[in-house]
Amino acid sequence: MPKTLAEKVYDAHVVRSTAGEPDLLYIDLHLVHEVTSPQAFDGLRAAGRPVRRPDLTMATEDHNVPTLDVLAPIADPVSRAQVEALRRNAAEFGIRLAPMGDRDQGIVHVIGPQLGLTQPGLTIVCGDSHTSTHGAFGALAFGIGTSEVEHVLATQTLPQYRPKQMAVTVEGELPEGVSAKDVILAVIARIGTNGAAGHVIEYRGSAIRALSMEARMTICNMSIEAGARAGMIAPDETTFAYLQGRPHAPQGADWDAAVGYWRTLHTDEGAAFDTEVVLDAAELAPFVTWGTNPGQGLPITGRVPDPADLADDNERRAAEQALAYMGLTPGTPLREIEVDTVFLGSCTNGRIEDLRTAAELLRGKRIDANTRMLVVPGSIGVKQQAEAEGLDRVFTEAGAEWRGAGCSMCLGMNPDQLKPGERSASTSNRNFQGRQGKGGRTHLVSPSVAAATALTGRLTAPADLEMAGV
Amino acid sequence: MQPFTTHTGTAAPLRRSAVDTDQIIPAEYLKRITRTGFEDGLFVAWRTNEPDFVLNQPQYADATVLVAGPDFGTGSSREHACWALLDGGFRVVISSRFADIFKNNSTKSGLLTVVLPQADVEALWQAVEADPATPVTVDLGARTVSYGDTTVPFEVDEYTRWRLLEGLDDVGLTERHLGDIEAFEDRRPAWLPKALPALPAG
Ligand code: SF4
Repeated sequence: MPKTLAEKVYDAHVVRSTAGEPDLLYIDLHLVHEVTSPQAFDGLRAAGRPVRRPDLTMATEDHNVPTLDVLAPIADPVSRAQVEALRRNAAEFGIRLAPMGDRDQGIVHVIGPQLGLTQPGLTIVCGDSHTSTHGAFGALAFGIGTSEVEHVLATQTLPQYRPKQMAVTVEGELPEGVSAKDVILAVIARIGTNGAAGHVIEYRGSAIRALSMEARMTICNMSIEAGARAGMIAPDETTFAYLQGRPHAPQGADWDAAVGYWRTLHTDEGAAFDTEVVLDAAELAPFVTWGTNPGQGLPITGRVPDPADLADDNERRAAEQALAYMGLTPGTPLREIEVDTVFLGSCTNGRIEDLRTAAELLRGKRIDANTRMLVVPGSIGVKQQAEAEGLDRVFTEAGAEWRGAGCSMCLGMNPDQLKPGERSASTSNRNFQGRQGKGGRTHLVSPSVAAATALTGRLTAPADLEMAGV
Repeated sequence: MQPFTTHTGTAAPLRRSAVDTDQIIPAEYLKRITRTGFEDGLFVAWRTNEPDFVLNQPQYADATVLVAGPDFGTGSSREHACWALLDGGFRVVISSRFADIFKNNSTKSGLLTVVLPQADVEALWQAVEADPATPVTVDLGARTVSYGDTTVPFEVDEYTRWRLLEGLDDVGLTERHLGDIEAFEDRRPAWLPKALPALPAG
């Protein structure tokens, strides 16, 4: 029977399947960070259980880490205690940890691919919803809660129900200035924040195949913002080229065996999807969000919508609540919205290509005098690469702040936060109320819109810069 | 895990859709490394900034059943969201649709998530707004929600229902199949990646 990509990977990991029970799925790679793991390790200790496969487990410090003075002890005692708990647990259970300052440290979803641990056909989990990022390699990768983290640590498996299958097909060529971030924001605006509930999304079509690995990661990263259990893209030459030579990628005869298998990982002709969504790449434009969930987005040429135009009670109420929180008036052109802060970073857009794109627009220019811009590389590896290319100087000469690696203002667990009422243009993935700091207002944007916005102090597409005389 | 059989309590009507996990408990409250004590973070922004937020109203302060709009629990995978609801006194959340990870987490932590059609949610909202003292009974054995003269059925898969009724934890159940796990491990190709030892940057 023809199978989808997701079905192939799922079926290859079923340890046990019995009618009336969830399947038991084997997990190839378990990524761990400090926030969602302490209670799981406590559970193991209480039951006297070891970690079954420390060699398939990797931990990093990312959510709490400061991006200034990264080698000094963390000032916030509660954050410090959480990071120290991870260090103790990693040492006690024999797990590899990339601590602050380590060359492999970074956001969990940035370092997996960077180290070559993320590979096609794997099952990958992490106590973090953006684990969907790793699906860009054709892995089945999904976020789990702390009880499940404990379960994987103890057994290297997870009880799972077979997901439904959704195809999101984007055909054609993306217009100039339109990036992977705009594609995924458009997808979420179309299907809604929980529109893919119960599904694995496979992104397909010529526009997806033309994307770089990093752009594919941006797309898969935000699958969870559409409610999907995972997002996947079939591996191809782009994938293999990205992986070859990375520290944990197979080598020699192993590489050939691996590539031979990876080439089988695509949806078969005639395989059935439960749901299909089709987008025309040529019709996409730079997207920004106006509301408080990632589905509340529009092309940047649009205006703040009027809730009164929405027929559905729940949607209208949600839009009213969002506009009240965001301090926006219906009908305002999105391009007139002024921001205080621009955040470039996160597991969505904190990779080297994202930094290059933004730096290109900022080179030789100064950002708006009333706007601050934080540039936070996704990992130490990305930071070093950017510095080797001189991007740090481009940012600082433009007036932006060049910071250490971590999650930073994506969720403000460290000191990088918006103040109440402050407004940001952010390349992260969530514009939830208070996500970037209590009372903070977030507009999700692509790296190029972030850079253009930093230059003008208002939501701006790169194409608008000339008009604005910048 | 605490078993769940049947629960009777009053209900709070949360007329909001797409309540994300950052609203249920913001990131700054996730730094605790224990499994309890998260009630202070529960809906903290709304409790602080909105005087007429439903849980600030005395008639709903002791509610143990939360009746929410569609798409409850979207966003992060933080199980802290379930713990905060439990610590805040809730045993049941009712909505027409939940985010997958939240629903999964709830079944692991002993919080019952009940999916009802939106029309049934609206009717329940109206009933508990008309009389906040209305007792609402959620019977997992019978798979029903009842209040006043109304009883509505809900669906839950047999396996999850059994686990919740018995209060069974998954790790123990999986350990019964250790032989299958070992057999699977024997079949895994040798070239699959390992995190150990750490290898020098390529
Ligand atoms: S960068 Fe943001 S979304 Fe990504 S793992 Fe960190 S906190 Fe989560």
